[in-house]
Amino acid sequence: MTNVLTQARPIRLKGRSFLALVLTPELPFEDWVARLDDLAARSAGFFLRRPIVLDVSGLPIDRAQLREMVDMLATRNVRIMGIEGARPSWLDSGLPPALTDGRPASDIEAPATQAEAAPAEDEADEPATDQPAHEVRGAPSLMVTQPVRSGQSVIFPEGDVTVVGSVASGAEIVAGGSIHVYGTLRGRAMAGTMGNAAARIFCRKLEAELIAIDGFYKTAEDMEPDLRGRAVQIWLEGDKIVAGTLG
Amino acid sequence: MGKVIVVTSGKGGVGKTTSTAALGAALAQGGAKVVVVDFDVGLRNLDLVMGAERRVVYDLVNVIQGDAKLTQALIRDKRLQTLYLLPASQTRDKDNLTPEGVEKVIAALRKNFDWVICDSPAGIERGATLAMRHADIAIVVTNPEVSSVRDSDRIIGLLDSKTVKAERGEQMDKHLLLTRYDPARAERGDMLKVDDVLEILSIPLLGIIPESMDVLRASNVGAPVTLSDDRSAPALAYFDAARRLNGETIPVTVPGEKRGFFGKFFGRKAA
Repeated sequence: MTNVLTQARPIRLKGRSFLALVLTPELPFEDWVARLDDLAARSAGFFLRRPIVLDVSGLPIDRAQLREMVDMLATRNVRIMGIEGARPSWLDSGLPPALTDGRPASDIEAPATQAEAAPAEDEADEPATDQPAHEVRGAPSLMVTQPVRSGQSVIFPEGDVTVVGSVASGAEIVAGGSIHVYGTLRGRAMAGTMGNAAARIFCRKLEAELIAIDGFYKTAEDMEPDLRGRAVQIWLEGDKIVAGTLG
Repeated sequence: MGKVIVVTSGKGGVGKTTSTAALGAALAQGGAKVVVVDFDVGLRNLDLVMGAERRVVYDLVNVIQGDAKLTQALIRDKRLQTLYLLPASQTRDKDNLTPEGVEKVIAALRKNFDWVICDSPAGIERGATLAMRHADIAIVVTNPEVSSVRDSDRIIGLLDSKTVKAERGEQMDKHLLLTRYDPARAERGDMLKVDDVLEILSIPLLGIIPESMDVLRASNVGAPVTLSDDRSAPALAYFDAARRLNGETIPVTVPGEKRGFFGKFFGRKAA
């Protein structure tokens, strides 16, 4: 069944981060596989349904050996979703895509005994342990004290971005939190990109080419003309971008 | 040790080569030893503007590839004893410029000259990034119109990230040279205003060069405008800019406006 959309709705583009397990093979590969088999024997299904990234950076291997490695892992039900540290030219359509710029997270403990290796069914109560209860921590923020020039991107998915200066036409700010520009915002500002609908954009003078909050965006053409050149804050109400003047 | 200047803009046709030649000649007339270096390999023009196109034997690429010595490639100006030109190659392309080769040539020139002025090609590719790589001072040539201003902004971003000075964590000394400024069009509001350009780019102003037939005439006779017609309005503006490069404080005049009115803008620092 196909629904005909009568009104043009913008496509939502969102960033999302996932936690993946990173496997770092060591040479000689056979020994490493033996240890992996040992782990798998102790905890059946440990790798099942977990996103796995293979980190081969620094390993003196070639393309054929990499393919062999991926195949050998596949026979052990370890499915690789991405490869880190391989030459991009190696990764044709037969191999998982390249992953870069990963940020380290806490180590994941391999289960010690079979009993602990819980089958996938009780995954439902796991998230509780993943998120520490009510941990109060200062939200990270990024301070930019130089003007952001055309062609430059400031990308900070962790939190707020403050720019003391202007953001030029052709420059972009991408923030997981809110964006504050103490100058003229002429480029693009994308706030709340990690799914934060409460994020806002503030600027001393609005001349933006594009603004977006949590995936909803507005181009310069769609913005109210009387807000141009004024001090403005922009936020999200439902799935509508709203703007108002400041002070 | 001399100072290395890059004359750059991003956009083509804004007056980089004209400004390189005019500033080079103006500084040399003050007695300094100056070399102007053409980095526009494949599309060289500085030799024409300097009136030396019939004296080119060796060029920058020959020196970099070791086919010629630096002294063989340098052409001394016939009118000014202290002004030299290092021409670019017209038959090669920019891939012949290697980072190591450029570094060596610039280091040698820096040792022998007071000012090394590098005329950057347009664009943001290899030629332009190598021209700015070793600079101490950047002159960003901009026309008062939006596309030129945006390209200049892009170039300023590169000056602050891709140069040796930036990689060492130092601040590149950047100056704005506003060229082809037309008082009549400014009056009608057809051009960006000077303070709008300064607000967008937020770097200090080195000078405003008025749009003038004298510049075209100078190019056609193969002389920097500061040599061919040194009483013309653009020549006077270039002389003032050269004096500011030497550290003098002279108020900037907007062509068509009363002298001194614009003085408050000169020396405005980047935000």
